[in-house]
Amino acid sequence: MNPLIEGIIAGLLVLGGSFTLIGSWGLVRLPSLMTRLHGPTKATTLGVGSCLVASMIFFPAAGLGFTAHELMITLFLFITAPISAHMIAKSHIHRQGHRLDPNPADGIREALPPTGGPTDWATYWQGGEGTPLVVSDADQPPREQSDGRG
Amino acid sequence: MISTALFFAIACVTVSILLSLARLLLGPSSGDRILALDTMVINAIALIILFCIQERSDTYFEAALLLAMVGFVSTVAYCKFVLRGDIVE
Repeated sequence: MNPLIEGIIAGLLVLGGSFTLIGSWGLVRLPSLMTRLHGPTKATTLGVGSCLVASMIFFPAAGLGFTAHELMITLFLFITAPISAHMIAKSHIHRQGHRLDPNPADGIREALPPTGGPTDWATYWQGGEGTPLVVSDADQPPREQSDGRG
Repeated sequence: MISTALFFAIACVTVSILLSLARLLLGPSSGDRILALDTMVINAIALIILFCIQERSDTYFEAALLLAMVGFVSTVAYCKFVLRGDIVE
C-alpha cells in the first residue's frame, strides 16, 4: 500500500479514536445534561465519522473493493444524531420543568414558557384515551410525582 | 503503521464504552441514561468498523448499519416514553 495513503488512514484512525474518547470523557465529566449533550452528539459523531472515512479509504486501497455501507452509515449517523439530541433535550426540559429528578446545575427551574399563540406546546396536548400524560401547568398546579412517569 | 493506529483507536473506543457505562450507571436523571445508551450504541458502531478494518472483511458492515438504525429508533422511543408516557399514541 502507498505510504501516503497508509499515513492518511492511520491519522484518521487516531483522530477518530481521540474524538470518541473526548466525547465520552465529556459525558462523564460535565455537570448537567444540557452540557453533557455536547460530547456525544458532536465529538463522538465526528469520531465515528473519521473511522468510517478511514475505512472508506482503506478497503479500496487494500484491493478489497469499495462498498457503499460506510457511506450509508455515515449519512444515517449524521442525520440522526441531532434528532436524538433534540429529543433528549426536550424530554429533559419537560422533566426538569416539572421538578422530576431536578439537577441544580442545569439552571432549568420552569417548564417551557407559554407559546403566546392559541394552542399550547404539542408535548402538553391531551392524547388519546388511556394514555397517561402530563397536562399543562397553565391550568393546573404542578403535579406530585407518583408513578415515575413524566 | 495502520495496525498501531488501529490498536490505539480500538483502545480509545473501549475506554469510551466503559465511560458511557459509568454514566449509564450513575445517572442521575433518565435523560442522562438515555444519552449514555445512545453514546454506547455509537461507540459500538465505531468498534464494529474498526474490527472490520482489522479483519479486512466487509461482512460486519450490515451489523453496523442495523445497529445505527435500531439505536436511533430506540433513543427516540425512550424519549417519547419519558415525554408522553406512551410511544405510539
